[in-house]
Amino acid sequence: MESRLSSRRSFLALAALTPLAAWTVTACGTSGPGTAPAGGATFWSLTGEPNESIRKKSLDAFNAANPDSKIVATVFQNDAYKTKIKTAIGAGQAPTIIYGWGGGTLKTYAQAGQVEDLTGWFDANPDIKAKLFPSSFGAATVDGKIYAVPTQTVAPIVFYYNKELFAKANAQPPKTWDELIALTKTFNDMGVAPLSLGGQSRWTSMMWLEYLLDRIGGPEVFQAIFDGKAKAWSDPAVLETCAKIQELVSANGFIKGFSSITADSNADQALLFTGKAAMMLHGAWTYGGMKHDGGTFVKDGKLGWFDFPTVSGGKGDPLNTVGNPAQYLSISAKASDAEKEAAKKFFKDGLLTTDEITAYISSGAVPIVQGIEDKLASSEDKDFLKYVYTLSKNAPSLQQSWDQALSPTAAEALLSNIDQLFLKSITPAQFAENMNATLGK
Amino acid sequence: MSAGALTAREPAEQQLAGHHSTTGTKAQGGSLGWMVLPALLFFAVFAVLPLLGVVALSFTNWDGIGAISVAGMDNWLAVLSDPVMYNAVWLTFVIMVVSWLVQTPISLLLGTFTAGSQKYRAVLAVLYFLPLLLSSAAIAIAYKALLDPNFGLAEGLGLPFLAQDWLGQPQLVLFLVIFVIAWQFVPFHTLIYQGGVRQIPKSLYEAAEIDGAGRVKQFFYITVPQLKYTIITSSTLMVVGSLTYFDLIFVLTAGGPGNSTRILALDMYLTGFRANLMGPASVIAVILVVVGLGLALLLQRLGGKNAGGSQLEGL
Repeated sequence: MESRLSSRRSFLALAALTPLAAWTVTACGTSGPGTAPAGGATFWSLTGEPNESIRKKSLDAFNAANPDSKIVATVFQNDAYKTKIKTAIGAGQAPTIIYGWGGGTLKTYAQAGQVEDLTGWFDANPDIKAKLFPSSFGAATVDGKIYAVPTQTVAPIVFYYNKELFAKANAQPPKTWDELIALTKTFNDMGVAPLSLGGQSRWTSMMWLEYLLDRIGGPEVFQAIFDGKAKAWSDPAVLETCAKIQELVSANGFIKGFSSITADSNADQALLFTGKAAMMLHGAWTYGGMKHDGGTFVKDGKLGWFDFPTVSGGKGDPLNTVGNPAQYLSISAKASDAEKEAAKKFFKDGLLTTDEITAYISSGAVPIVQGIEDKLASSEDKDFLKYVYTLSKNAPSLQQSWDQALSPTAAEALLSNIDQLFLKSITPAQFAENMNATLGK
Repeated sequence: MSAGALTAREPAEQQLAGHHSTTGTKAQGGSLGWMVLPALLFFAVFAVLPLLGVVALSFTNWDGIGAISVAGMDNWLAVLSDPVMYNAVWLTFVIMVVSWLVQTPISLLLGTFTAGSQKYRAVLAVLYFLPLLLSSAAIAIAYKALLDPNFGLAEGLGLPFLAQDWLGQPQLVLFLVIFVIAWQFVPFHTLIYQGGVRQIPKSLYEAAEIDGAGRVKQFFYITVPQLKYTIITSSTLMVVGSLTYFDLIFVLTAGGPGNSTRILALDMYLTGFRANLMGPASVIAVILVVVGLGLALLLQRLGGKNAGGSQLEGL
């Protein structure tokens, strides 16, 4: 009896102490994704081929050459990462190297003092700055200071089409908006969806607005929105853009079920290369994806591309483009000095190395490095690469993706309203009114 | 998760109350109070403390990254005048009521069926309980793939009528969500009812049989009344649980298309973690807590004042 009692006592004591112990461990421990090996640094980036493998190869090469400042990488899915990184930074658990898209999000980090000012580092390493596209620094700069290293590739939004389907329909790529509307009937009559769209991801729908607004009103309209001018969303060009989008939706331009298709699963690309949809507006990075997943579709020359159609009476230069000028890496201000040093060493020696540049080019993308024309011309994807290179280089305006340029608060409202606009559950006027309320936030 | 914690807690509390009223002495009361401590500590550290934090945050402006500043009543006024929030409350309510109406009869019948001792019923029960092994995220991803209008079931089985835009139509998507929720949670409630039915004394059925009551009458006059508290427990879990169907809906539809599946929990998450508006998100969280507590209290009341009392008087 006594032994039973005492064993019960000790059990109870244990039960009482366990949560306490667990609490102390979690409170004091710094283990978790934020921890770097001694002398090294941590790095969060994205999944998704082909870039995931390319980054991994560069990292492995850097780590082998620098055993004392190893970089440990963790990868996340695109949409999940955007939430995860914000939470981690807010909780003081950020990795040493923060992957991002610059613009409005980087601005919130910089204003909260969460990322390192790299202006001095660039001044000390002028050759790095000279090596990269000058246009890539805009989205990395907040109040005249550079808070991120531009890296990887330039990714304008490209209008792709399935050449096989166009040949079958005896159609030509549309040069104007009216031709595009006419094509929706041609393809719907054929039983093929005119346009593929991963609408649930919402930023995919946003690309349509970005291009169309630029074609109709020129880059000045979004600049006014970016600057937070009162009623900037009520510009007639915005209203016309929204009306044209709803016209395209009403003409069954987008594939049935577009609002439940996600871009993260690459289902929108699959629709194009399996011949279920004839055209797709998407980032230049999907070329690599379709080459990787689409069997012989790209190799057999079935994938075509063209400039976004012009709109009659539109003010925008037809050479203007939209997209991501680069991807960006920042250093967490909360990292230790050793971690920061390792990260800077990686920025200097590990990024856009000759091997990495070759790897990006052979994946079908254009790295943001100057003087690579020869390399592009000798690639098996030279047609596409030349197109992207010229598109980015000659564009009088390369508008950064809106959801990256704006603050996260305004971007979320924007995406939510775009979703409703595509569903026709709000009118262009309501869209403008809802968005005007977010200006300056 | 929350459902599991609730079931684990409930019987213990009932037992505790029972002991106090019947055989409770001072000494026993003391030692029993001690036993509550670990759970209480967990509850205080992981539930009460964060809750107070959320209430405090609802009166501040915070983007999750920078400094926190006092906002006064601004967030409350903003959220309470936001039509999206009322739409979210309405959707949450619709999902709650329809889910209850769909899940309760199915679970009750399946539970009664699987409570029988026949071998084939045991085999079927194993099949029915399979969805219990899957996480919400896995279920959502699987259904998303199956319901894809282009690459889903229709394509796989060659049945074109299945190629509907299931998750892309604002009017249809809510019922799809309710269906998937039912698919996930009916097994859990079936298990609860199965346990409840097995506890009903056989003598009641034997007496009814002698009196000439058929199966249907036995079900309505013995099984259902005897399951009164099981029904209340199961309903509480369903109703309060429906406030937290976040994970499934987030993966399945992400609140879309438009706002047509943006329930309150999702609205809170998207406001807080996507739009970086921690203040308004905290207001929504407080509303969620108040609604949840209110519903749980209401359901407990429905059980009558003597909720711990016996239903087996005279046996």
